[in-house]
Amino acid sequence: MSCFISKYADELVKNAAYIGTPGKGILAADESTGTIGKRLSSINVENVEENRRALRELLFTTPGAFKCISGVILFEETLYQKTASGKPFVELMKESGVLPGIKVDKGTIELNGTNGETFTQGLDGLAQRCQKYYEAGARFAKWRSVLKIGSIEPTELAIQENANGLAMYAAICQQCGLVPIVEPEILVDGSHDIKKCAEVTERVLAACYKALNDHHVMLEGTLLKPNMVTPGSDSPKVAPEVIAEYTVRALQRTVPPAVPAVVFLSGGQSEEEATVNLNAMNKLQTKKPWALSFSFGRALQQSTLKAWGGKAENVKKAQEAFLVRCKANSEATLGTYKGDAKLGEGAAESLHVKDYKY
Amino acid sequence: MSAFVGKYAEELIKNAKYIATPGKGILAADESTGTIGKRLSSINVENIESNRQALRELLFTSPNALSYLSGVILFEETLYQKTCDGKPFVEVLQENNVIPGIKVDKGTVEIAGTNGETTTQGFDSLGARCAQYYKAGARFAKWRSVLKIGPNEPSELSIQQNAQGLARYAIICQENGLVPIVEPEILTDGPHDIQKCAAATETVLAAVYKALNDHHVLLEGTLLKPNMVTPGSDSPKVAAEVIAEYTVTALRRTVPPAVPGIVFLSGGQSEEEATVNLDAMNKLDVLKPWTLSFSFGRALQQSTLKTWAGKKENVEKAQEAFLSRCKANSDATLGKYTGGTAGGLASESLFVKGYKY
Repeated sequence: MSCFISKYADELVKNAAYIGTPGKGILAADESTGTIGKRLSSINVENVEENRRALRELLFTTPGAFKCISGVILFEETLYQKTASGKPFVELMKESGVLPGIKVDKGTIELNGTNGETFTQGLDGLAQRCQKYYEAGARFAKWRSVLKIGSIEPTELAIQENANGLAMYAAICQQCGLVPIVEPEILVDGSHDIKKCAEVTERVLAACYKALNDHHVMLEGTLLKPNMVTPGSDSPKVAPEVIAEYTVRALQRTVPPAVPAVVFLSGGQSEEEATVNLNAMNKLQTKKPWALSFSFGRALQQSTLKAWGGKAENVKKAQEAFLVRCKANSEATLGTYKGDAKLGEGAAESLHVKDYKY
Repeated sequence: MSAFVGKYAEELIKNAKYIATPGKGILAADESTGTIGKRLSSINVENIESNRQALRELLFTSPNALSYLSGVILFEETLYQKTCDGKPFVEVLQENNVIPGIKVDKGTVEIAGTNGETTTQGFDSLGARCAQYYKAGARFAKWRSVLKIGPNEPSELSIQQNAQGLARYAIICQENGLVPIVEPEILTDGPHDIQKCAAATETVLAAVYKALNDHHVLLEGTLLKPNMVTPGSDSPKVAAEVIAEYTVTALRRTVPPAVPGIVFLSGGQSEEEATVNLDAMNKLDVLKPWTLSFSFGRALQQSTLKTWAGKKENVEKAQEAFLSRCKANSDATLGKYTGGTAGGLASESLFVKGYKY
């Protein structure tokens, strides 16, 4: 093979395939301390460790939710946290057949000489950190690369740097037993149409898979976390079937069948939009040799957060809201979502924030 | 899209899909005048136009054989030839739902500074030639790139050069209505094992698909013609199931699902070997989003040629031999080949070291 077969090869393949189990997907609960602070302040909750812990406990102990979840991405702090009664979150997940994952990148910084394009940091000491995380129970990792569409963007430099970064990160993860989620997010910001987004997405994904091949990454032990192909945020919306068609076609043109699953990011889409679009993709009658699922952050937690408001007496209500979104997205991975999920407050609310900084 | 969607897009997609029909495959009958000369001399037949015409007529008028073929690759001379009764070959093929194809490359030349690695010629006026061939009835094209395995081969230069060449050829074809068959052949010559071949194949195919994307080629309107993944010619043979596993794994890691069909070259494999390996791939219980079929030259014609030996009285028997290989390979594309069509001739290795077309 041109790929490196690490001693974890069988485990990587098994875990990657498991995450793509039909009916399941990923909860992205890896907001950094700064980012979760913004979420908490939007519901007037103080950004202290106890509140961050309480929010995640609320999510992870929601009765029935874990049936719809194959993996949860965690921030480092959360990997070591416990429930109020003292059970480590990681153990809670294991008991429910949910794989713990870990965000391993250290954010983006600007590329000199570009118009605000970025690359992602975090390679220094990455192998040691991954080993530590594996020991703590993590079995997959996530690294977010960001590109944007503009008059000349994304530039070849941005594409190459980010593809290369993703490939290096992926190779290191596999050596340490973590399934790398490869995330080349193309921001939705802009006035471009869906065709432009499709063109850029295909170009970026082609570069990513060339880089992964160059770096001897074993595709069967990876996952892809791309943006859906949509019009820009300043452009008129289109029907979910159109988004589904352009998105799946872009993937057909670039993602080799060895990749077991594609787990979409939600970007700035509302909870309902993200679910309906995912559902449309799974209804599409066309060649899809990879599972199409979700790795949602805001699009799974928005109404839950609003329902909670930081108050213990609201936990049950908030958990109900969370279960509603989990079930809806689980159905969407099967193409059976009927759009009848009880919409919590804010479920239809766009979560787009211009030039969103994590 | 990042793909070029020109005026022929619908037609390209339709034709590529048709060529990839399960149960059908391609007859590669595009031997250049020099190459067909070697074949003819092996059966003591003079290399003159009427003999070249007679051989191809034998193949194209074999009763029932055409039903197992979706396409035939022709050399330029053959595109304009007719049967003895005066019917153009192109018409014979079209009437039998076989799409005529055309070889458009002009052979390989060595890349200076490498150890015998090559690049493929044929770009001058390629667009104009393709347009001409389209007028003459061709609807797909073929361009053969060659790579080899050695201690330092295939080199990055050779991979890049050949991938770029294939991509440029492909887009020019699509601009002119011809479905490009993308053929990056990695020669079997060498003592390397199957893992080495797999690694080289994956690296080469990854480079090819990156180049196709860079050049805006519409993958839905292309076909891939790769080598199977096998041990080198100087290495011990392995079971068909092993070849199938390594080959399909390599393809799953590099070929996007948008490609409708993969039509293997036979390289130096015997007729029977090529069929049995193709069959094993189609029997493999793993997800394959493209059809796996054949584009065989020697592996479809060898026993036919020997049976014919240039004699009119042998035509019927030769056509039976040809039909038999066509049917066997058709079965192989469906994973239904049960063997047994191997005569002594069908098991004869067709490997020639350092084979030059």
